[in-house]
Amino acid sequence: MTSLLFLIPAALCLGGAGLAAFLWALNSGQYEDLEGAALRVLDDGDIAPSRRRPPVDL
Amino acid sequence: MSQAPAAPEASAREVDFAVQGITCAACIGIIEGAVAALPGNASARLNYATRRLRVRWSDEAFEPARVAAALKPLGYVARPFEMGALEREEAEQMQFLLRCLAVAGFAAMNVMLLSVSVWAGEATTIDPATRDLFHWISALIALPAAAYAGRPFFFSAGRALRARSLNMDVPISLGVTVALTMSVVETARGAEHAYFDSALMLLFFLLLGRALDAAVRRKTRGVAANLASLRAISATLMRPGGGLMETPASALKAGDRIYVRAGDRLPADGRVALGTSVIDDSLITGETKGRAVAQGAQVYAGAINLSAVLEVEVSAAGSGTLLDEIERLLDNATAAKSRYVRLADRVSRYYAPVVHAAALLSALGWLVAGAGVHDAVIVAISVLIVTCPCAVALAVPAVQVVVAGALFRLGVLLNKGDAIERLAEVDTVVFDKTGTLTLPDPALEGPPADLLPVAARLALSSRHPLARALARHAAAQAPFPDVEETPSRGVSALVEGREARLGALDYCGVTEAGGFDEGLSRVGFRWGERTAVFRLRQALRPDAAAVVGELKRRGFAVEILSGDSARAVADVAQTLGVERWRAELKPADKVERLRELAQGGAKVLMVGDGLNDAPALAAAHVSISPASAADLAQNVADAVFMGDRLAPVAATIAASRKARAAMLQNLWIAAVYNFFALPLAASGHLTPIIAAAAMSGSSLLVTLNALRVRGAGDAKGAGLADAARPREFAPVETAA
Repeated sequence: MTSLLFLIPAALCLGGAGLAAFLWALNSGQYEDLEGAALRVLDDGDIAPSRRRPPVDL
Repeated sequence: MSQAPAAPEASAREVDFAVQGITCAACIGIIEGAVAALPGNASARLNYATRRLRVRWSDEAFEPARVAAALKPLGYVARPFEMGALEREEAEQMQFLLRCLAVAGFAAMNVMLLSVSVWAGEATTIDPATRDLFHWISALIALPAAAYAGRPFFFSAGRALRARSLNMDVPISLGVTVALTMSVVETARGAEHAYFDSALMLLFFLLLGRALDAAVRRKTRGVAANLASLRAISATLMRPGGGLMETPASALKAGDRIYVRAGDRLPADGRVALGTSVIDDSLITGETKGRAVAQGAQVYAGAINLSAVLEVEVSAAGSGTLLDEIERLLDNATAAKSRYVRLADRVSRYYAPVVHAAALLSALGWLVAGAGVHDAVIVAISVLIVTCPCAVALAVPAVQVVVAGALFRLGVLLNKGDAIERLAEVDTVVFDKTGTLTLPDPALEGPPADLLPVAARLALSSRHPLARALARHAAAQAPFPDVEETPSRGVSALVEGREARLGALDYCGVTEAGGFDEGLSRVGFRWGERTAVFRLRQALRPDAAAVVGELKRRGFAVEILSGDSARAVADVAQTLGVERWRAELKPADKVERLRELAQGGAKVLMVGDGLNDAPALAAAHVSISPASAADLAQNVADAVFMGDRLAPVAATIAASRKARAAMLQNLWIAAVYNFFALPLAASGHLTPIIAAAAMSGSSLLVTLNALRVRGAGDAKGAGLADAARPREFAPVETAA
């Protein structure tokens, strides 16, 4: 039963870490614009033009 | 913009802008890049969902006024924006719900971990000390978590009780509170059963539904609020003594004379005092064809002056303008419609009293039968726990989510969750004409193929709406250099050594036979000695007649309400076989007609696209607008359909009827579940594991039943979904 002494706190800490991460994301406004976030991933403006891969013909 | 609100740190400042003209993913990078390129190291973040740009800077060298100026040549209109009180309140409410949801989810998971261990241990033999330890740890997690996450329900239940009424939140709050209290008492007595997991699971599922509901509502409010910023904020006043003066539009008075340059938005309603030009009324009427105006013509705030300078005598400014009138009508209509009682709320009215009576009766029954007070109270509490409206709360939202997915595949986006319930009740369908029954862009009829590329490329240089329709055929060509524009006449340029002209027929020196034809516009073209006439027609949607016929065959009353001329409307009505139509209606007239219909007992579906339809869309029992509609109309409407075809309108009604049937079945499933679970609890046979199994079992059953509507409308719309997509999901051209 001694295993419970660290297993239960470990489970609670992991859950708590997830909760803290969510609350941090919420407070820093990451849930404000879900539509935009889905589109921003398509923008490769932050990659230097020389390192961009040419478009592939499918 | 010297009145920029100061940010928390005194050094950093920020201003919000509402931005018009955002169409695609590339716009995000273009807009943010343009602001970052301004001197002063400002950072900009575009919120794509609400179409708002937040600019933050700390360097004194940065001038926020230059943001709008920098975005204008890129094709975006940016206006300073201040969030309204109501919207800020809803944003806070959403954050609050999400925080509660996160805490409830965290607590439910961890308590379930402990509960499952206890249940598993009971099958073998569990050490009572270990069981009590697990229960105490559960209590330690559950009590603060429930106190935090249960607030949305506790507050709402408190408000209802103070108003001496019952809502769904009263049995929820009571169920959660008594479950937790009993669990603590039982844990202290070292008893076998505790219900911490049931209470938290319930809170989590219920919060999930609330959060989804709030997210939908908030998005609608956001874009509607951008309307206020559309009003032109500055005007050029012509002083009586001569000379021009820049003035805020709010300072204009009736009788003032203002100077409106080509390309400017009109700051007030008024009459043209001098000059001739073409006005883009698309924001107000949804009419994409430019309107030629001359002395004496009525013009409205929000319209764009396209071709030449106008002097306008102001008839109404600020709170008297048409735009303001539309906003006011909209507020009234929205307030009036909030009286609609949803299916789930109707059920909850009967639900709460029945549940509480059942709990009380079973406690009294046990007392009469000679049981102790403790046992009687335990039974009453387990009745409250087992009847807690988990399945009832899921019955309706589960179907809404599934049918929203099915409709999405048809090219229909739902703005409001309860739209499905209201759509299912519809018996009358009212259409707007321009942009709804007809296609939003005029179609080119039989163009002279060899001249089209040159004409289209020339059209790129003109702001006239007809030219814009032509310019879409320009493929990816760049405009000709050195194009000269003659206001209200046309454009000309030297192409391969010969002069090319595009514009009015006489400007190009061409003539064409044929009488007056409403809905047909002609654009002349001359290139050297060659001439051509391009005909642009306001075409009906390809399946408009079929859909109207289908609706009539299925017993719906169909009617057309339009702001257009009687002649144009009569034409369309005759083609489609619609007997009831009205023309030349103002926004208020449309709302009035809808009210008449509603008083006659009709449940009206309004289909419209213009800003002038927005109040009618809000006032109707339920409404749909095409994706090409004005932003505001789209966001007031309960649903939006994509593509050139009208078929999604009929398919949506059919799918909604199926969905409503599934909702009713779900409510019956929940009722039957309670019918069986209640005697079990009342007879004292309820254990936590049965409560958890019954709760998740009924929720599962309700969800599975909801999945049956997944194919709703698919049989009819299989080919339709394909047809609806290409236009809207076409690859985006980037201006690289």
